This record gives sequence, C-alpha cells and structure tokens, in this order.
Amino acid sequence: MSNHPPKITATHVNVWYGAKKAIDDVSIDIDQDSVTALIGPSGCGKSTFLRTLNRMNDTVANARVQGDIRLDGEDIYSPDMDVVQLRARVGMVFQKPNPFPKSIYENVAYGPRIHGLASSRSELEGIVQTSLKRAGLWEEVKDRLSDSGTALSGGQQQRLCIARAIAVDPEVILMDEPCSALDPIATAKIEELIHALKGRYAIAIVTHNMQQAARVSQRTAFFHLGQLVEYGATTEIFTNPREERTRDYITGRYG
Amino acid sequence: MNEHTVKAFDADIGELRGLISQMGGLAEEQIGKAMLALQRGDRALATQVRAEDKAIDAIEAEVERLAVRIIALRAPLANDLREVVAALKIASVLERIGDYAKNIAKRVPLIDDTGDRIEPISVLPAMGRMASEMVHDALDAFAARDSDAAVRVCESDTALDDFYDSIFRTLVTFMVENPRTISQVAHLLFVAKNLERIGDHAGNVAEMVYFAATGTQIADRLPAKS
Repeated sequence: MSNHPPKITATHVNVWYGAKKAIDDVSIDIDQDSVTALIGPSGCGKSTFLRTLNRMNDTVANARVQGDIRLDGEDIYSPDMDVVQLRARVGMVFQKPNPFPKSIYENVAYGPRIHGLASSRSELEGIVQTSLKRAGLWEEVKDRLSDSGTALSGGQQQRLCIARAIAVDPEVILMDEPCSALDPIATAKIEELIHALKGRYAIAIVTHNMQQAARVSQRTAFFHLGQLVEYGATTEIFTNPREERTRDYITGRYG
Repeated sequence: MNEHTVKAFDADIGELRGLISQMGGLAEEQIGKAMLALQRGDRALATQVRAEDKAIDAIEAEVERLAVRIIALRAPLANDLREVVAALKIASVLERIGDYAKNIAKRVPLIDDTGDRIEPISVLPAMGRMASEMVHDALDAFAARDSDAAVRVCESDTALDDFYDSIFRTLVTFMVENPRTISQVAHLLFVAKNLERIGDHAGNVAEMVYFAATGTQIADRLPAKS
C-alpha cells in the first residue's frame, strides 16, 4: 500500500456526547498517499470520528474524546497542541459550501494572512492563485476575484472552500459529505479535484454516496453503531467485503 | 440472505436467476433429446433439437438485457455485483452447451446415412447422461449459491474426461480394424468430444457459481491439475 508511515494514527478512540457513546474503540490509520472514505448509515459515528481528527469536537458542548490520535506521531490531544495550528494542518471541507461573505480573493487570502504565511502582497497573491488553481477554480474566477464568494454557484463555492483549505498549506484535508448539496456535474468536478489532490495531501472523506466512495477512495472504512466494522482496500470492500454487516449495507440490505 | 430495502432489486435479481435456471433446464433437455435422437436414429427429434436451440439463444439475449439494466439502474455491489457478472458469463456458457447439443443433433442423419450402426454408439448415451448431470449439478449449485457443490462439479469432470479417453481409444480401434466405419466413427468422435466439452463448460458454470458465492477463484481451492 503506502511506503510512508501513516499520516494519522488513531488508536482506541472513544467519543461520548454526554452519556451517549458515539464512537466505540475505533483504531484506524490514515495513509499519506491515499484517499480514505468513511461510510456508514446516519448516526454511525463517521462524521464524529472525522471531526476528532482536527479536534472539531472541542467546539461541541459535552463532547468527550478519549484515546490516542497522532498526526505524524504527534499527539493532537496533548495540552501543548495549538488547536488553531492543528486545524491549519488538518483542514476541513463541509457538507454545505460555506464561503465567507467576502470577495473570492479574500476567502482564500484570509487564512494565509492570519497564519502569517505571506510576507508581502505579491506573495499572498501567489498563494491565492496557486490555491485556486489547485482547486480547479482559477480559470472560472480569475477575472472576477473581487466578486463575492457567495455569488458563485454551489459547486464553485465548494471548490472555493477547498481552495481556502489548501491556502494555509495543510497536510491533511477532511471532507464531510462535500458533494451532497451539489449536482452531478459539480460533484464530478470535486471528485476529479480529489483525485488531483491525492498524494499532495492525505484526504479523508465522509460520504453517503457509495458509488462516490468507490470512485474516489483507495481505502474504505465502514462504521456501524459507533464501531469500525471493516477497513480495507476499496476494491475489496465493494466487491468482496469480509463482514456480513458491510455487505448488507453496501448492497442495500441494511434494515 | 436478507432482502434488499428496495424490493424491486430483489425482483430483478430473482428474475435474472430464474432466466438462468430456465436456460439451464433447456440446455439439459437438449442434451438428453440429442442423445436420444442419436441412439434411435430419430431424424425428426434431431430436427426438433436444432430448432429449439433458438429458444436458448433468445433467453441468453434476455439475460444480457436484464443484467445490463440491473447494472445501470441498481448499481449492484459486492455479492450482488458478482452474481450479475456470473449470470452473464453463465448464460453465454449455457448457450455454448446448447450449441454442442445442436451439433450432436446435426450429426444424427449423417450418422444414419453411413449405414450399419457400430457398437460404441450404445455407450455414448451413458456419457451424455454424465455430461448432462454435470450441467444439472452446476445449476443446482447456482440455485443454492452452494460453493461446495460447485467444487464437486469441477472435480467430477475427471470422470467424464476418462470416459472420453476410453471411447476415443475404442473408436480408433474400430477405424483401424474396419476402415469402412471411418466416416461414422469420425462423427461419433465429434459427438464424444462435444460431450466432453459440455462437461468442461459445466465446470465453467461451477467456477462462476463459486466466484459469485465466495468472491474468490475456485482455482485457489482445487488441487492443481497435472
């Protein structure tokens, strides 16, 4: 599979919302060179798990995370960890595109500016251009960078959000159902983008669309009732899953 | 296995499996009738076998249409996907089996025209039954999604091969001893070879049944042939 050590190593992770256990003893490695898809029925914990990887659960009242999650061997729940820095290293793209109500340029420039990644205006412009190019949006917006980000189409907004995540030079990109609000063409563009970004960034994607998981990922993890039921090569999971629960879910027999 | 949440999916898969069973039943019947026609020198029955082959071809086309529709509309995965792929391949194998039965039927009048029937003709029906049973067992394995039964079908192919070898030697002896039998023997050799090929194809069906049921290749389980 990968020649590199895993980018993220999660070991015996448990998550509670108040008294309710949402994640039950999940251990998983996220590869540097792969796209990892997290699939499972609603409420199975896949999004919750994704959010533990850049401590987005910290913002949820009464959420409690236990276990060991390491980014390049570094404990991300250590008291020494700078959470703002962590979220720059582990970026996130959400279900609904959520550009800032600012210009296209500002949407992308905001992150590098507050993280001090550019020392001059031209350097910042360079970052904005590179990020928009990598997000496959540059050609569509280069002549109207001062237009509002919210004026773009849904698919363009989502790619803008990906450009925004890329702009702070992350190592990992987490995507939580990034295409569920998009039409098939916009979805295909995002999937093509995921393919292009693979290798440069470690990518983990939560999706309800089985075909999408099959199309974009090399590794697939199936979650059910907070547990990791099966984790393996995507081709295996979709042609010959080992676990009956996985099979029933992906073939539409989940009751 | 549990039912699909979308019931129409089960209906489609059920229809596909039904077509394969129907096709298999027809193929089996065709082998039996062709061998009976051969045994009795029944030209009318032989003609009937040749005509009925079209029914098998028609079901194969229907299997292809349905399988493509299922793939397009239901996007089957895992065991469902393997089953649809297996059904496609099994249908084409059954069509070939039907062709072999038709070819045997085609030789019935030709054999009849060669004059007195030679003795080995009387053992061919036994070989025909053996081949037909392999087809029957392969389809039973398909109906039950039974990988062990599929393995047994593949293993039983050795007996049919041995049968063929023995008939081959007998027929060659006839040709050597009495060259006037050569044209009849040549036809009978083809009949025996057709039956031997039917056995191989029944084995191919069993291989697909095994693959659909387990997701692995049967070759990994059978001892390597020498």
